Amino acid sequence: MTVSERKNKTHDMGGQPGGPIPIDPPDQAVFAEHWHARALAVTVAAGGLGKWNLDSSRHARERLPADDYMAYSYYEKWLAGLATLLVETGLVSPEELRKGQADNSAAGPPVSAPTADQVKAALSRGGPSLRPDRAPPRFSLGQRVTVLDPDQIVRSPDGHTRLPAYIAGCTGQIIRHHHSHVLPDSNAHGLGESPEHLYGVCFAAADIWPDAGAGADEVCLDLWDSYLVPADRS
Amino acid sequence: MPHDHHDHPHSLLPPDPHLRVQALESLLTEKGLVDPAALQLIIDTYQNKIGPQIGARLVARAWCDDAFKARLLHDTDALLDELGHNGRQGEHVVVVEQTDDLHHLVVCTLCSCYPWPLLGIPPGWYKSDNYRRRAVREPRAVLSEFGLVLPEQTKIRVWDSTAEIRYLVLPQRPEGTDALSEDQLAGWVTRDCMIGTGLPAAPPEDTSSQDGS
Repeated sequence: MTVSERKNKTHDMGGQPGGPIPIDPPDQAVFAEHWHARALAVTVAAGGLGKWNLDSSRHARERLPADDYMAYSYYEKWLAGLATLLVETGLVSPEELRKGQADNSAAGPPVSAPTADQVKAALSRGGPSLRPDRAPPRFSLGQRVTVLDPDQIVRSPDGHTRLPAYIAGCTGQIIRHHHSHVLPDSNAHGLGESPEHLYGVCFAAADIWPDAGAGADEVCLDLWDSYLVPADRS
Repeated sequence: MPHDHHDHPHSLLPPDPHLRVQALESLLTEKGLVDPAALQLIIDTYQNKIGPQIGARLVARAWCDDAFKARLLHDTDALLDELGHNGRQGEHVVVVEQTDDLHHLVVCTLCSCYPWPLLGIPPGWYKSDNYRRRAVREPRAVLSEFGLVLPEQTKIRVWDSTAEIRYLVLPQRPEGTDALSEDQLAGWVTRDCMIGTGLPAAPPEDTSSQDGS
């Protein structure tokens, strides 16, 4: 696909100019507002229904209209993403959302709420993304690799990726091999986990932003095999 | 307009976020899709049980016990599994150690990835657009806003959490703390020094438990 078609870039903000960091007061509560706690809880609990995965829930937030994404606070994005997922999976109808009331004439959803015990177990178990290696790693520690452009690897205009635009075209060195992990670019779209080798890749900040006065500073990212090519091929 | 807001389900909910979450919560409860007891458990977990005090205990122990420190750095997931600290959003953890020559700083430019089982829910600034934008490109300016000015010869390595690997910074033990116990030291380990935006600091009062609750 061509570069200009790709959407959902608003969240990909690394390296952009910005204002002061809004540092919280030291005694700030974990949840600044009561509704923040409720928003987190309802999102995590609904995730336990198993109708979507971590990658598709990130993708749902990234698909918000750009002006909503920028205007919404953190937990408002969560709520908006949750509303999208509930409707897209058929758990809730748009009409029910509008009325704020269950439509009892509709057939009940074929799922039931996880209990507190089940949620407790799920929180402590987590959702590991590590998968068995199906092939030897293509790259070795110390090898230099070049990063593709997200516009080259994303498969559809609406596609999800975990490759930030700021690192496209940069060359760095493999410093860690994390073995094979679920590929978000595939998993977010229900196309399977498609695990790939995942690498920690270290870049000289001066190579990414030559005029930022970065000195010897470095930036490291975790990048999947399909995001990378050997540096000598670039 | 590339997007039509009316296509987005969230536009059907009340505009006030407090009412929006209330509407969603009551609808999902009514439909049997969430259990109120489970919601309460989630809030209690992250409000009262899981927080930076967990990471602080690990750091303080690493300062006092070389064998533990070696495992924390090199056998991280197995150790956290044994200790029961490898749950949601902390399934795969890498611990990076601060030195005089190298200072680590953690960010997630694409969203807000953070080691929940070790540090709890991230603070607002960590999730802010400005931190996500600037930490990778101008870490020294960002750190100075936290009151942290590093020597020019100290290299900064910024970790952008783009995958499901979560990063915990192991700060250096402050000088002059040789006489302190592990419990006392845990009070010096701030949340920010485990993200890289701060250094360990003496607790405000001479007590060993400063969990801020």
